[in-house]
Amino acid sequence: MTITWKNINEGDTLPELKKKPGLTQLVKYAAGSGDFNPLHHDYNFFQAKAIGSIIVHGRFKYASLGEFVSNWLGHNGFIKNISCQYRGMDFPDKQLTCKGVVSRKWEEGGEKLVELTVSVDNEDGKQTTPGKVIVAFKN
Amino acid sequence: MAEQFELTQEMKDQIGWESQPWTWEITTTSVRAFARGVGYTDPVYYDIDAAKKAGYRNLPAPPTYLGTTVFIPGKTDDTFSFPPGFSPNINAGMTGLLDGGTEIEYFDTICAGDTLTSVNRLSDLSVKESKSLGKMLIISTETTFTNQKKKVVAIQRIQIIFY
Repeated sequence: MTITWKNINEGDTLPELKKKPGLTQLVKYAAGSGDFNPLHHDYNFFQAKAIGSIIVHGRFKYASLGEFVSNWLGHNGFIKNISCQYRGMDFPDKQLTCKGVVSRKWEEGGEKLVELTVSVDNEDGKQTTPGKVIVAFKN
Repeated sequence: MAEQFELTQEMKDQIGWESQPWTWEITTTSVRAFARGVGYTDPVYYDIDAAKKAGYRNLPAPPTYLGTTVFIPGKTDDTFSFPPGFSPNINAGMTGLLDGGTEIEYFDTICAGDTLTSVNRLSDLSVKESKSLGKMLIISTETTFTNQKKKVVAIQRIQIIFY
């Protein structure tokens, strides 16, 4: 079903996106993004040894928030702004859940806008990566 | 962990520093590789016909994707693929590195076939204390991306943490 600005209400929740990235997925992300920081694939890297594990790229989580919003939007609008903070580390083979709610709906300068308050949550329900997204709708 | 770290005047003087421009293409292959790396199943990011049906002129760059820098050995950063001279030269003697946060503001759609030119700017330096990591240096940068039509299509603001 096509999503439209008219049919969206503040407080609406977005369908969750769950993923459990393993090392292979992180290697694919490294290749796709160009970020070859060994902290994300090499258990012998000094920082990974100090932490006790490799960690998921913060930018993988950021990109996953983008995927989450893109899936919901279905190309019926334009992402004007997407931001997040990396508040906690996430580890491979753990489930990540992207969540979001419509926190504001308004019109400005002829644009039909929606603000989403989003997050990537870990298995304990902690928001390791909170963020905000502003979308302009076509209709 | 750096207990004694302080910002020097020499470091503060670099706020406002700008990189040389660096240009690269967004390609169909790079869009697909990024979409695959994230885990997208939406065909719009893989199949040009699907992208055109959705109203795009070519495969759109997925949200948060601003292209993969052209890699030139000895010039491009080998770890992060940053363009040569892209990062401000702040040597704080700290080796721990974490990402603090990212924001991208978009002004137009970016698709495969576009050429982007980036200029990176050091926007701020600050020191914060963390319970687990000790003193942290926060480097804030702002990168402007201009397309082949000379239009600014995106501004990315990031915070990098050294500890």
